[in-house]
Amino acid sequence: MAKNKNTVDEQPAKSGLFEYAPAPESPAAAGDIATSYGHFIGGEFVDSSGSEALKTVNPATEQVLASFAQGTDEDVDRAVAAARKAFADWSALPGSERAKYLFRIARIIQERSRELAVLESIDNGKPIRETRDVDLPLVAAHFFYYAGWADKLDYAGYGAAPKPLGVAGQVIPWNFPLLMLAWKIAPALATGNTVVLKPAETTPLTALRFAEICRQAGLPKGVVNIVTGDGRTGAALTAHPDVNKVAFTGSTPVGRAIAKQLAGTRKKLSLELGGKAANIVFDDAPLDQAVEGIVNGIFFNQGHVCCAGSRLLVQESIQDELLDALKRRMGTLRVGDPLDKNTDIGAINSAEQLARITALTEIGESEGAERWSPACELPGTGFWFKPTLFTGVSQAHRIAQEEIFGPVLSVLTFRTPAEAVEKANNTPYGLSAGIWTEKGSRILWMANKLKAGVVWANTFNKFDPTSPFGGYKESGYGREGGRHGLEAYLDV
Amino acid sequence: MSDVMPRLDVFKTYKLYVGGKFPRSESGRVYEVTDAKGQWLANAPLGTRKDTRDAVLAARAAVKGWAGTTAYNRGQVLYRVAEMLQGRREQFTAEVATAEGLGAKKAAALVDAAIDRWVWYAGWTDKVAQIAGGANPVAGPFFNLSTPEPTGVVGIVAPQAGYGYSLLGLVSVVAPAIATGNTVVVAAAAGAPLPALSLGEVLATSDVPGGVVNILSGKTADIAPTLASHQDVNALDLAGAIAADGPGAAAQLEASAADTLKRVVRPPVDPSAADWTDAPGTERLLSFLETKTVWHPMGI
Repeated sequence: MAKNKNTVDEQPAKSGLFEYAPAPESPAAAGDIATSYGHFIGGEFVDSSGSEALKTVNPATEQVLASFAQGTDEDVDRAVAAARKAFADWSALPGSERAKYLFRIARIIQERSRELAVLESIDNGKPIRETRDVDLPLVAAHFFYYAGWADKLDYAGYGAAPKPLGVAGQVIPWNFPLLMLAWKIAPALATGNTVVLKPAETTPLTALRFAEICRQAGLPKGVVNIVTGDGRTGAALTAHPDVNKVAFTGSTPVGRAIAKQLAGTRKKLSLELGGKAANIVFDDAPLDQAVEGIVNGIFFNQGHVCCAGSRLLVQESIQDELLDALKRRMGTLRVGDPLDKNTDIGAINSAEQLARITALTEIGESEGAERWSPACELPGTGFWFKPTLFTGVSQAHRIAQEEIFGPVLSVLTFRTPAEAVEKANNTPYGLSAGIWTEKGSRILWMANKLKAGVVWANTFNKFDPTSPFGGYKESGYGREGGRHGLEAYLDV
Repeated sequence: MSDVMPRLDVFKTYKLYVGGKFPRSESGRVYEVTDAKGQWLANAPLGTRKDTRDAVLAARAAVKGWAGTTAYNRGQVLYRVAEMLQGRREQFTAEVATAEGLGAKKAAALVDAAIDRWVWYAGWTDKVAQIAGGANPVAGPFFNLSTPEPTGVVGIVAPQAGYGYSLLGLVSVVAPAIATGNTVVVAAAAGAPLPALSLGEVLATSDVPGGVVNILSGKTADIAPTLASHQDVNALDLAGAIAADGPGAAAQLEASAADTLKRVVRPPVDPSAADWTDAPGTERLLSFLETKTVWHPMGI
C-alpha cells in the first residue's frame, strides 16, 4: 500500500485520462448586468441615501461586474419602514393567497433558472454545474415547499392560528446567495412576515435579480426589501428597533455579536453559524462511495459550506488504502472556469477569503501537518486554491479546530467507535457529521452519539426543503427547513 | 401535678440539593428567610458562585445517564415525584402559604397544581419526540428522520414572583427541562426558597438520579451570572430574571450567555404579573431540545 501511495503522489493529475473539450456556458445567459445598483425598497429600485458604493467582482476573472450601494442607516430605516407598512396587509391576507404568491415566485425561478444559475456562478465563482443542478432546483423547491405551508399553519404544531412576528431582518452569506435567500424569505413570507434582506457584499447580484422576480410575481410592495452593503449595513439592520425578528447565517463570531446585541430586546433570533464537521469512515465502509462522499463533503462549492466535511476521521486500519483512493480521485478534479460545465471546483469567492484559507493552511504546515494537493494548473487571474489534503493532523492543530471555509481537508485517524465519537464531538461546533459504514446498528449508535444537527450516513451534503437543518452548540440555534423552520417566524 | 411544659418545635436546617446530596453552602453562610409578613422562618444556605460551579459539575455528570434512560422510564420517575409530593402535601401547603402569604386553601390548591404539573410532564416524556420529530419526505431515495435530543445542562433562574411562584413556578420550569432528558441547576426564589429546598428532599426520594436536579438558594445576583457565563451550561431559562437586578439583570445574563451561544428562554415582560397556574403549553418543553436529522440512502 505504501508503495502504491508514492506512485499516486507522483502521478500527474490527468495522465491516462482523456481530456474533456471545454463546454462553456454563455455568460450572456446571465442577462443584463447594470453598471450600478441601488436598493429594492417598497417594490421599487431606489438610489441609496449615501454616496458610498461597493464593487462586486467575478472571482474567476477579477473583473468588476457592477457597483452597488453601501446601505446607510437611513436606507435600512426606509426599508424597515416599507416592510412595516406592508406587514398589516400581508399578514392579514388569507394564507391561501400568500401561498399563491410564493407558488408564482417558485415558478418564475424555475423559468428563469438558467439565467439565475449563470448569474450566480459569475458573481460567486461556484461552478455552473452546481448552481444549475443543486442551487437553483433547491431554491425553487424551498419556495414550493413553504408556499404550501402558508394556508396550513394551524396544522404545523404551533397551536391554532399562530401569528407572524412582524418585520424580519435577514442577513445572509456569500456561499449560497440564492439558496440562503430562499431559506430565509420563503418561510418568512409563508408565515405572514415581511422582510428586509441584506445579501453578502461579495454576492449581491442574484438577490437584486430576485427583486425583479418579486415584481413579476406581483408581490405587494414592501413585502420583500433588499438592502445591499457590507457588515455595517447588516449591523444597522439587526440593531433596528422596528425589526421583530433577526435571522443570520454566517460566522460564529458575528452570530455571537448579534446575540449580544439583541440581549434584552424582544427580537426573536435564529442563527446558522460555523461548523467543523467530522466525516467518519469505518473499515467496513463501501470505499468507493466513501471517497465520493468525502470529495463531495469537502470540495463541493470550493469547501465554502458551513456543514462541509472538513475533518476526515478514518479508521487507522484502512488509512493508507483510503488515502490512496482519495488522492487518485482528487487528481481527477477539474479546477477552473466556473462557467465550464466540466468544472468541479470553481473560484474562491474573494481575495480576502483566499488569504484566509492560505493563512490557515500555512499554519497547518507550520504546526507539522503534511500537505498534499494533486498536480493541477490554476488560471492566472482570479482567486483559486488547489484541493488540499492534510495528513498527520492532531486534535490540537488549528486546522482540526477552526473553520477554514475552503477546499482543505484535515485527516485524523481513530481506532474504536468510541474514539471516533470523542474526536468528532471535540470542537465547539455541532452542525453536521458523516458516517460511513455498512453496519446499520453502528450507524444508529454513532448518529445517536454525535452532537450535530445533521448526520449524513453513507452520503453527505444532502439538502431538502422538507428537512430541518441547523446546529448544536456554537453552530447556532434554530432550524431552517421543514416544519421546524416555521417556528423561527412564528410567535410561539 | 407536674407542670406540662409546652413542647419546643424542632427547627429544620435547610440545605442545598446538589448531586443528590444535601450539602451546606461551601461558604458556611446562611441568610434569613422570612414569611410574607417579615417574620423569621428559617435560615437558608447562602449559595455561592463556587456552589453553582459544583452544581454544574454534578449536572454535567448526570447528563449521560439521564439522557440515556428510556423515555418510558423518565416518565415513571417524574410520576414518582408527583407521588412523593402528594405524600407531603400538608408540609408544602404550609411552606407555600407562609412563603407567599396565602391562606391554607389557596396554598393547597397551588401544591395540588404542582403535583398535577409533574403528572402532566410525566406523560410528555415519551410523546415529545412524536410531536417534535418525524420522517421528512425528501425528494430523493433517502431515509430521513428528525429526532429531538436534550440540549444538556440547563441553568434556570426560578420565578422570583408571580402567583404560585415559590413551588408551582419552580416545578413549571424544572419539570419540562428534565422531562426531555436535560439536567438542571436552578436558582430558587431568593426570597422564598424553602419550598424549593424541601422539593430537593422529595426529589432525593423519588428515583430521580442524583445530579439531574440541583437546587441552590442564595442571591440570584451571584448564582445567575455564574450560570449564564459557564462554559458547560448549554441553555438558560431566565423565568425569574428581571430587568433591575444588578449583574443578574435579564439583559446582562442574556448577553453573557451569548458568549457560548446558549439557548435562552427570556423572562416574561412582567414576571410579577405571571400566573403559574396558567396552562404551561409546550414552549419550555421544546426550548431545551436540539433537532437532529439523520440521512441515509435507500436502495437495494
